[in-house]
Amino acid sequence: MIKPKIIAFYCKWCTSAGADLAGTSRLTYPPNVIPVRVMCSSRVDAEHVLEAFKNGADGVLIGGCHPGDCHYETGNYQTLKRVTLLKKMLEDLNIDPRRLRLEWVSAAEGKRFTEVVKEFTEEIAKLGELKVEKL
Amino acid sequence: MKRIGVFVCHCGINIAGTVDIKRVVEAVKNFPGVVYVEDYKYMCSDPGQNLIREKIKSEKLDGVVIAACSPTLHEKTFRNTVSQAGINPYNCEIANIREQCSWVHTNMEEATEKAIRIVKSIVAKTLLDESLVPIKSPVVKRALVVGGGIAGIQAALNIANSGYEVVLVEKEPSIGGRMAQFSETFPTLDCAQCILTPKMVDVASNENIKLLTYSEVVDVSGSVGNFKVKIKKKAKSVDYEKCTGCGICVEKCPVKVPNEFDRGMSERKAIYTQFPQAVPNKPVIDRENCTYFQKGKCRLCERVCPFGAIDFEQEDEVIEEEVGAIVLATGYELYDVSNMGEYGGGELEDVIDGLTFERLLSSSGPTSGEVRRPSDGKVPKTVVFVKCVGSRDPEHHFPYCSKVCCMYTTKHAMLYKHRVPDGKAYIFYMDVRTAGKGYEEFYQRAQEEDGVIYLRGKVSKIYKSDGKLIVDGFDTLTGRKVQVEADMVVLAMAIRPSSGAEKLFNLLKVSTDANGFLTEAHPKLRPVESLTAGIFLVGCAQGPKDIPDSVSQANAAASMISVMFSQDYLIHEPIITGVNEDLCSGCGICVAVCPYDARKINREKGTVEVNEILCEACGACAAACPSGAAQQKNLTDRQIISMIKAILEE
Ligand SMILES: Cc1cc2nc3c(=O)[nH]c(=O)nc-3n(C[C@H](O)[C@H](O)[C@H](O)COP(=O)(O)OP(=O)(O)OC[C@H]3O[C@@H](n4cnc5c(N)ncnc54)[C@H](O)[C@@H]3O)c2cc1C
Ligand code: FES
Repeated sequence: MIKPKIIAFYCKWCTSAGADLAGTSRLTYPPNVIPVRVMCSSRVDAEHVLEAFKNGADGVLIGGCHPGDCHYETGNYQTLKRVTLLKKMLEDLNIDPRRLRLEWVSAAEGKRFTEVVKEFTEEIAKLGELKVEKL
Repeated sequence: MKRIGVFVCHCGINIAGTVDIKRVVEAVKNFPGVVYVEDYKYMCSDPGQNLIREKIKSEKLDGVVIAACSPTLHEKTFRNTVSQAGINPYNCEIANIREQCSWVHTNMEEATEKAIRIVKSIVAKTLLDESLVPIKSPVVKRALVVGGGIAGIQAALNIANSGYEVVLVEKEPSIGGRMAQFSETFPTLDCAQCILTPKMVDVASNENIKLLTYSEVVDVSGSVGNFKVKIKKKAKSVDYEKCTGCGICVEKCPVKVPNEFDRGMSERKAIYTQFPQAVPNKPVIDRENCTYFQKGKCRLCERVCPFGAIDFEQEDEVIEEEVGAIVLATGYELYDVSNMGEYGGGELEDVIDGLTFERLLSSSGPTSGEVRRPSDGKVPKTVVFVKCVGSRDPEHHFPYCSKVCCMYTTKHAMLYKHRVPDGKAYIFYMDVRTAGKGYEEFYQRAQEEDGVIYLRGKVSKIYKSDGKLIVDGFDTLTGRKVQVEADMVVLAMAIRPSSGAEKLFNLLKVSTDANGFLTEAHPKLRPVESLTAGIFLVGCAQGPKDIPDSVSQANAAASMISVMFSQDYLIHEPIITGVNEDLCSGCGICVAVCPYDARKINREKGTVEVNEILCEACGACAAACPSGAAQQKNLTDRQIISMIKAILEE
């Protein structure tokens, strides 16, 4: 897989639609990010993020709707809470918490989507390959 | 293992231009479960779909992956295609290699590598997909409308006219709501009674509407399509079968109490109808003020009633109704003037609120439409109107804008000037908001034709001196203090949710915002639905608004309900989050995160139960569940993890 390796979870309603818009607008961004589409960002569990790191991901991106815009009203607030906790957990596991990022990208923000991916890919490239002993 | 077929679309050159289709096909052949791979120029075309159907049969496929454009575009198309060939549609998945791959990358090598990973992850998911059938649940084709103001009336009439039965519950003796108290309505100044009372009469005469006045909802169970509602019919002490509404009882009743409908500015009897055009136009006995109920003697009304309709023995009665949908139209009330000590609210008799002023303007009101102030009945020569009282004041009162005050205050000042042409009308305002058809013109007319004086600024204090009401304010346009000596002050008090509504909303488990107004399922796309399926919100119960907006919402909710009732079953996507009872410890964490109240703890079993029809499939509960008992259908933890592994595998 193209390095650095990044797994991204996008919610169906906002971020995945924003990513689609980047496509229909023919914008470009680095090819490192492979998407997993979920219904809502709140579907993403600590286990999924840890499995990604365990199996060789260098970074994990979670994309949801902007606060107040979640298709399920409150889902993204759950996500925010969970990601905050997860970052602490990553620190305990000696994984730089910057390797996990939560971003709000709306269905109208094709441009912003590409910027988020570019910026995150660069950041992960700088952090280098993730070496985890055991998870 | 499943037999999966992968169909790779070129989409002309849209995909094939940057993704090396041959390489994708070669790579896919080696993925676990894949028994057949084919590529084609346009998979969504008729020949493309035929190809898929043929191969499903000849290769005995039971899972299909289409590597093509975004699932938003053709997921439905391809799921239909596969089901025509006998595969359960939920075993067909889309790998998006166009919008999220070929269109956004330029390097063929890289785009091809990414496309392969995307397809691989979708194959991994499909391997674990279950066959699912849409959830079906029967619909009781009757609706409950709570609140008989203009919003509730409009909703009830529309649903009834679509051919479905409606139970309309109103807590007061008559329907009509606040609008029945108005004189004229902005921006056209048509008489409120003239446009409202015909609708009230239609409600009473509509065969599909069961009108329950003087009643309240006391219990609700069930869910969308099948609610069971308990309604308490308060004892009216009058047998409506016998009563003709002749009014002799009211005339003879010796007890006089302040009339709420006239905001205390007139008196009514202990047996009363709320107002002359009340629907139903039959009286009730207010037991708290009735001499017989309080002291054990009188029964004068009984003696004078020619029809023997008075029934002192009548008791409150609780009835049960089954309905498929509920409309909440409980409206609003005004924030009490007594909350405004600095304005003399509640202390100074001639400092009144907007509804009270409506009664003074109304020709059926306590002064027969002459503007006379409450304290001494004199015609006020100077009236000050203060807007945004209690609204837009997050520090002391409420943060929101009450929306209708700009317009009705303009109306009030205008109507006052029509009644008292030599009088002076001042309006203190923070802003003038006149967004609405004909609204700005109405405001201009008040200033230009009627000479209403607008002063931009806040009123700091209102007090009495020498028989005058002194209004101290600050004109922010001139930067000077202003003082107006007034004979009467009208405060445009904040719109608040009806008292008692909170109890009802809790009963129904519908959520409200920080100010107590009902929350819509989506602020833009689902503005008249609550988060609880089957419960709709219309009128001021959802937030301050005027009559046209209330009516529009009512029409919208009614049409959604008619659509729902046009089917015998509710059909629901089956990708819900279920419960594995063997793993569930009944901790209830998932119950707390569910925005739709779809999950409940079953105390007997000690596990959680799911109401599938209420689940909207966000998956938040699946992520929150500590034991893995909550699993989203066709997006289980196992599926997500196998997708992750498929992507990352070297
Ligand atoms: C002073 C003033 C003047 C206005 N003038 C205008 C105007 O000129 N033009 C205009 O377009 N708008 C005007 N408005 C706004 C207008 O009043 C509202 O838009 C309209 O009344 C909203 O209707 P509704 O049915 O939502 O609420 P309401 O009229 O409040 O009706 C709600 C009904 O529900 C009943 N109810 C409440 N709780 C329960 C319960 N728990 N169970 C059963 N029944 C219940 C109530 O008794 C009431 O009958 C004015 C508002 C004010 C304050
Ligand atoms: S649906 Fe986008 S974050 Fe919930």
